[in-house]
Amino acid sequence: MELKSNVPEGPLAEKWDNHRFSSKLVNPANRRKYSIIVVGTGLAGASASATLAEQGYEVETFCIQDSPRRAHSIAAQGGINAAKNYQNDGDSIQRLFYDTIKGGDFRSREANVYRLAQVSNSIIDQCVAQGVPFAREYGGTLANRSFGGAQVSRTFYARGQTGQQLLLGAYSALARQIKTGKVTMHTRKEMMELVLVDGKARGIVTRDIITGKLETYSADAVILATGGYGNAYFLSTNAMASNVTAAWRAHKKGAGFANPCFIQIHPTCIPVHGSFQSKLTLMSESLRNDGRVWVPKKPGDTRRPGSIPENERDYYLESKYPSFGNLVPRDVASRNAKEQCDDGKGVGTTNLAVYLDFAEAISRDGEATILKKYGNLFQMYEKITDSNPLHEPMMIYPAVHYTMGGLWVDYNLMTTIPGLFAIGECNFSDHGANRLGASALMQGLADGYFIIGTSIAGYLGSTEQDIVDNGHKQFSDAKKSVQDRIAKLLRSSEGGPAGKLTVDEIHKELGLLLWDHCGMARNKEGLEKALAELPAIQKKFWDNVYIPGTGEELNQSLERAGRLADFLEFAEIMILDALDRAESCGCHLREESQTEEHEAKRDDAGYSHVAVWEYQGEDGVPKLHKEQLLFETVTPSQRSYK
Amino acid sequence: MPTTNITLSLEIWRQKDSKAKGDFETYKLSNISTDMSFLEMLDVLNEQLTREGSDPVAFDHDCREGICGMCAAVINGIAHGPEPETTLCQLHMRHFDDGDTLVIEPFRSRAFPIHKDLVIDRSSLDRIIQAGGYTSVNTGGTPDGNSTPIPSATAELAMDAASCIGCGACVASCPNSAAMLFTGAKISQLSLLPQGQPERKERAMAMVTAMDKEGFGNCTNERECEAVCPQGISIRHIARMNREFVKASFFA
Repeated sequence: MELKSNVPEGPLAEKWDNHRFSSKLVNPANRRKYSIIVVGTGLAGASASATLAEQGYEVETFCIQDSPRRAHSIAAQGGINAAKNYQNDGDSIQRLFYDTIKGGDFRSREANVYRLAQVSNSIIDQCVAQGVPFAREYGGTLANRSFGGAQVSRTFYARGQTGQQLLLGAYSALARQIKTGKVTMHTRKEMMELVLVDGKARGIVTRDIITGKLETYSADAVILATGGYGNAYFLSTNAMASNVTAAWRAHKKGAGFANPCFIQIHPTCIPVHGSFQSKLTLMSESLRNDGRVWVPKKPGDTRRPGSIPENERDYYLESKYPSFGNLVPRDVASRNAKEQCDDGKGVGTTNLAVYLDFAEAISRDGEATILKKYGNLFQMYEKITDSNPLHEPMMIYPAVHYTMGGLWVDYNLMTTIPGLFAIGECNFSDHGANRLGASALMQGLADGYFIIGTSIAGYLGSTEQDIVDNGHKQFSDAKKSVQDRIAKLLRSSEGGPAGKLTVDEIHKELGLLLWDHCGMARNKEGLEKALAELPAIQKKFWDNVYIPGTGEELNQSLERAGRLADFLEFAEIMILDALDRAESCGCHLREESQTEEHEAKRDDAGYSHVAVWEYQGEDGVPKLHKEQLLFETVTPSQRSYK
Repeated sequence: MPTTNITLSLEIWRQKDSKAKGDFETYKLSNISTDMSFLEMLDVLNEQLTREGSDPVAFDHDCREGICGMCAAVINGIAHGPEPETTLCQLHMRHFDDGDTLVIEPFRSRAFPIHKDLVIDRSSLDRIIQAGGYTSVNTGGTPDGNSTPIPSATAELAMDAASCIGCGACVASCPNSAAMLFTGAKISQLSLLPQGQPERKERAMAMVTAMDKEGFGNCTNERECEAVCPQGISIRHIARMNREFVKASFFA
């Protein structure tokens, strides 16, 4: 596997410009001769589909939900970053770039991150033009708020529903292209396999979720915008159907998978409260603008929060990190919450929670102001917990949220399979070992609106390929392999449910193994234990899972089983990657590698690289490749938010 | 409220596929924690049915945070259940009592065919948006975000309308099966904002026409939609849509 990053020549600030100039183009009249498949309709997939269709390509877009508007980008709450410097507080493209690469603990590619900061401003303009109702100041200008890991106010927002509004913007652009006929939209169709012809990505096999029918689609390029793999842990803030299947299928066909162990554990989520729990709910990081995080100073203090006097509270983030305070990056906030709970200072019935307190902000700004900023979040919190944050501090605990790892891509966002692109959370490209808040929306839209168009033209304009339709043998072979796989999934259910396990029971077991040993803090012993225990869970799944019904109907158990089967395989490279990276960086804390103050200690000499895993067959051991990270303009430093 | 466990009797609409004739089936479910969400309660039922070798109840859901708009069912005659401004996934079992009977059925409308059990086809709503629920701008070349000031109050009003999650509860609760709250919210959002002005009239005409073509009914001010809307969207947006439509029919 060759890892050619294809980063353009020239000074950092000119690379994107140089690249667009040197990249091949496709004449507008010729674009209609090319067809492109886009899988996924979140911010990245919807914006890419709309943009490519506007440019003239024939686009076939797929999603698993009943409508493209349901994709999980919709749940992003807090906001989207851009280097507009509307607040005149010292922001610039250079600063957004630096904050992002530092926030990622110097484990991402300079050129990609710089380009992200460069296009960030156009995203805001685009969304405003679509009618996205961003929050405004009284004078009519766009409002901003602050987010973790930055000392400037650069986050644009629409109440606590920014992801929803941006997605509806991209969805409306997509709807317009569906109407023109340039996009053919396929809802409730799940990608089951990638089809290669002569080593290039030329199509996909899908399963119709309603009828179970398998279908094949061919194209000149395939774009995956299928999100992250946080649901490997069973409990996460991801939507229930979010999965690794499309990315994993691509991996098994030769796409390298980068940094699978980089998983963001978000500090402000509603704590777990029962074994029946199906998902975890995030409370936006924006709450840390006004909420103060604390625990009782005395371990085991069971008094109600209101009865604990100020001098017996430990506002540990403010005391430990005076310059960033409650707005330290997510990985730092999460680790500190875990540390407090490990020391016995956790609160709530499980002692696995810390307080997020708005009392001071309410007395300073008044209830009305606080409710205007966070009303819907407070409401959501109360619905779930039956407690009102206006009167009692929120209880929060970290939860699996976002995956920085993903399919390896070059500067063009192309994977190691020619013609297969990965955009949005699905790729690894911009966030290094930790993503800053309000940067996921920025990246998804940057990739979809402003980058992929150049990449697709560059690829199609420079690649000779035969005309291929889905009558080609590779398509019927791929379809047959999907059929066999479904039959294999259903095999253990033949004798009925007696003595068998449900899909969720096995998924919970996998989730617990990963959370315990490949979660917020990792060590060699635990990771080796997880690696040793994983095959037994895999075997249990294939021998003992019970799936009611057949493959030729709407069968939600079968859908979940198929996704779990891929998570079970994928977990191996997650653990291997965490084991191989013996340094700590960003979200990845190896207990063996900490500073005296329990901060993540990087090892730049040994690990300043992207770890890329290559599939080696059913019985093979995954092979590790490394893309060295070269820093031309920034000097990697030990991150400090003190 | 302290956590307790309750026992429920569920009467659930079961329908094998779009062609089959459906009917209610009764299930007993005990040991339901009042901290569970409604969908987690259905998860427990489905685990139980699976272990018994029966077919689990098919239902749509995804984000389970009340924002994707995918979950949908009518509980005891009310779309999304008894709590105001709450989607099914955010409805918690603490709002029910021990021994309650819950009748659970899909959102019903001619424009929402049933696929299976509680799973319905809402693509008719997508087609209304495709008719004109956008501004016709291509990617790139748009003016600076601050070039057109928008009063904060206007942006907030547009946001009230834009918050629609497209779940279809408005349709399910309307005696006329009207999608006017859904359509009105989008027309309203874009007619309030300067970016929506160039296509204001064409949009109102096209979206209302698409809505009629899908087989949705018309508003007779029953206000059932507003009462069940998880985002609390006001029927004032229907009034604005009607004004937009009338103006458009005279002057377009």
